[in-house]
Amino acid sequence: MTSTFTTYMGLVTALATAIAVVTLPTATDAADPVSPALLDTYLKATFKKLPEGWTWDARVAQDETQRICSETRNKPSKDDAAKILAREAATVQYPADGKFIGSWKDGEKISQNGRGGQFSDEPGTVSGGNCYACHQMAPKELSYGTIGPSLLNYGRSKGYAEAEVKAAYAKIYNAQSAVACSNMPRFGFHKVLTEQQMKDVVAYLFDPESPVNK
Amino acid sequence: MRKYIVFIVSILAVAVLAPAINSASAQTAAVDSEKEIERYREMINDPLANPGYLNVDRGEILWKTARGANKISLETCDLGEGPGKLEAAFAKLPRHFKDADRVMDLEQRLLWCMEKLQALDTADVKSRKFGSPGKYSDMEDLVAFIANKSNGLKFAVAVAHPKEKEMLAVGEAMFYARHSIMDFSCATCHAVDGTRIRLQALPNLSEPGKTVQQTMGSWPAYRVSQSQSRTMQHRLFDCYRQMRSPPPDYASDGLTALTLYMNTLAEGGVINVPSIKR
Repeated sequence: MTSTFTTYMGLVTALATAIAVVTLPTATDAADPVSPALLDTYLKATFKKLPEGWTWDARVAQDETQRICSETRNKPSKDDAAKILAREAATVQYPADGKFIGSWKDGEKISQNGRGGQFSDEPGTVSGGNCYACHQMAPKELSYGTIGPSLLNYGRSKGYAEAEVKAAYAKIYNAQSAVACSNMPRFGFHKVLTEQQMKDVVAYLFDPESPVNK
Repeated sequence: MRKYIVFIVSILAVAVLAPAINSASAQTAAVDSEKEIERYREMINDPLANPGYLNVDRGEILWKTARGANKISLETCDLGEGPGKLEAAFAKLPRHFKDADRVMDLEQRLLWCMEKLQALDTADVKSRKFGSPGKYSDMEDLVAFIANKSNGLKFAVAVAHPKEKEMLAVGEAMFYARHSIMDFSCATCHAVDGTRIRLQALPNLSEPGKTVQQTMGSWPAYRVSQSQSRTMQHRLFDCYRQMRSPPPDYASDGLTALTLYMNTLAEGGVINVPSIKR
């Protein structure tokens, strides 16, 4: 009786497993890569309600660059890295007036400001760049993070060179135009910062009067 | 007696911390409050004086109280070790439950037991998923009580069932999944040793070892800055807020997947909860 019952249950389990395998995208082993379809199933079950005005594409779905960086754990192959650099560089829009340096004082405020874009923020909150979360900048500010490199003396150390100013603007606009799978957000690409805000942050890095260079 | 001590300590904590947070420059305050919190943490390291144990006490009462249309307590709820068996249950979660044929973390399982065993409408419980001043959270209380029953034990999640394997794989994928307007993933902050965000140290949760063991072994925690006992559900909710993601649903499968992934890395880590955190 027991063995018959066990066999019966075994068959039921086997059948159920077979059905599950057929009907659902299932990872059979922890080491297997998770298919985008399976990941999407979980994401849909996790982020059911989006705040007013938010879209799935902007907030959850991955673009090609995000997908490759995620799947390669931010270590893309040479081929992938080259594709990312080319694709992301093509998105960079430089200021129409050709001027890259705004107000370093406003740039400092933007570097300090970590608000904006969170579901806890009032709609319409102006986003900051939150540079200090990850970077050391002015020597007087001791509350800085270490996820990114120190930017102490940034402009001065680059000799205030015009090409470096432009490169910094591009890096803030889209960090992955410079380093494939960089941890840094693509501030201009995602419209987190405006053109003027990015000019102001560049000024904070490059204005000789900025505390970053003092 | 215990409750009396905890109450006094809570009042002291507010008195000690409030001036440190409100005065001086932000930077000095951050350094000062970090020091004060460290001092406070040492001061109340005694479990009898940790305000999180108030949640443990309330959780025990909730566990034993008959509720729902069926007017029964949660004492028949099987958290994986058998109906009503609490010892070591938390150390082995999330896990697959045959009756539900789902992998569940503690919160998901508790909600399942409330709905299926007690026939309790969980809308009210879910509306109080995170406690606030004057508003107790049944879930935070129950989790504190049940997790505390694994104190001194080591994380030992068994990833054997196909659905557990799937959860683990998805949890890892979600940990690394860059998304939203800042391109962040969990790994942006938690995949390297020894970094910090502003002045806050960031644990590396991407590989097995002491750091992930200590992190996972210290949730749920009494959060001094929030004056509330918080669980991993809240920690992940707040991480996603900072990642500019939509708010993750309470007790949703993605959070269970992430928890399973991290608890797997934390295997062998000793549980000591509720802890005290900033």
